[in-house]
Amino acid sequence: MKHLRLIVQACFAALTNGYVRGFVEGKIYSGPLKQLCVPGLNCYSCPGALGACPIGALQAVLGSRGRQFSFYAIGFLVAVGALCGRFVCGWLCPFGLFQELVHKIPFPKKLKKLPGDKFLRALKYIVLVLFVVILPLTVVNIVGIGDPWFCKYICPSGMLFGGIPLTILDEGIRSAAGMLFAWKFFILAVVILLSIVVYRPFCRYLCPLGAIYGLFNPVALLRYEVDSDKCIDCGKCKKSCPMDIDLHKEPGSKLCVRCGKCKKNCPTGAIYNPVLAAMHKHAGHTKNPSV
Amino acid sequence: MTRRKAWIAPALLLVGIGMMIYGAMDGEAEIVLRKAATICLECIGVG
Repeated sequence: MKHLRLIVQACFAALTNGYVRGFVEGKIYSGPLKQLCVPGLNCYSCPGALGACPIGALQAVLGSRGRQFSFYAIGFLVAVGALCGRFVCGWLCPFGLFQELVHKIPFPKKLKKLPGDKFLRALKYIVLVLFVVILPLTVVNIVGIGDPWFCKYICPSGMLFGGIPLTILDEGIRSAAGMLFAWKFFILAVVILLSIVVYRPFCRYLCPLGAIYGLFNPVALLRYEVDSDKCIDCGKCKKSCPMDIDLHKEPGSKLCVRCGKCKKNCPTGAIYNPVLAAMHKHAGHTKNPSV
Repeated sequence: MTRRKAWIAPALLLVGIGMMIYGAMDGEAEIVLRKAATICLECIGVG
């Protein structure tokens, strides 16, 4: 189906941010569902959010008194990563969807990557280790509680889905917004401007959640593999890839968000998901499944 | 290659689910709920 991914992205974003009352009253949902993590970078302070952001949840536990490790948040990330890797980024993350929509704005010269791409791609691992793990664990206040450093100083998703709606809707929050708000607004503005030129710059260079899920890409159940007997080395997979991945050389690339464009454009059907292909074969179908 | 990898994802999935259950029983879900159920001022650039 054409636009299947866009429909799934929009429906999932609406489903996990379906607390309409929050948008009307300038409040957030505080029921029991909030202890469950959602797979994407979805700020729990978004007025509509029904679940918790896994990166926020990880920092909340690491920053709490007497905790050095989060079995709950890391277990969630391992389970989701093993199941689908960065498929989450391509299909289920609302901030990924936002960047894709911004990228549709016309611009004279779109780039597949920024200069210094190799170095910039390593930034997300630095953000993960430093801002999500080390700083919340080690920089603590007098009662032993650490700040969620990534959420506080970097996360543009929190600004977009939480900060902006709440400052519009709540007079008290609006009057409390100062330098930190301006800094986070600046980061969001940079991400938006870059998204016009480059496809998903935040996912590519900064997202700690994408960094974690990317590690699972080579082994996840929803992974890609290339049938070397069918591959004719035509390069159409790389040409069609918005993340500029040479999939026939690196099917388990940590950057791949499983958008499916390479698979769709492969003239010989060499790209396949081994699990889905086996299920189809078992069910007696001969054609490759679409995801 | 595929056959060699086939067991890794299910094994990791089980480990992840086990860790989640252990963490939830150890009170971590409550910590997450406490944080997520109130407006996170740091997240929205105010605190």
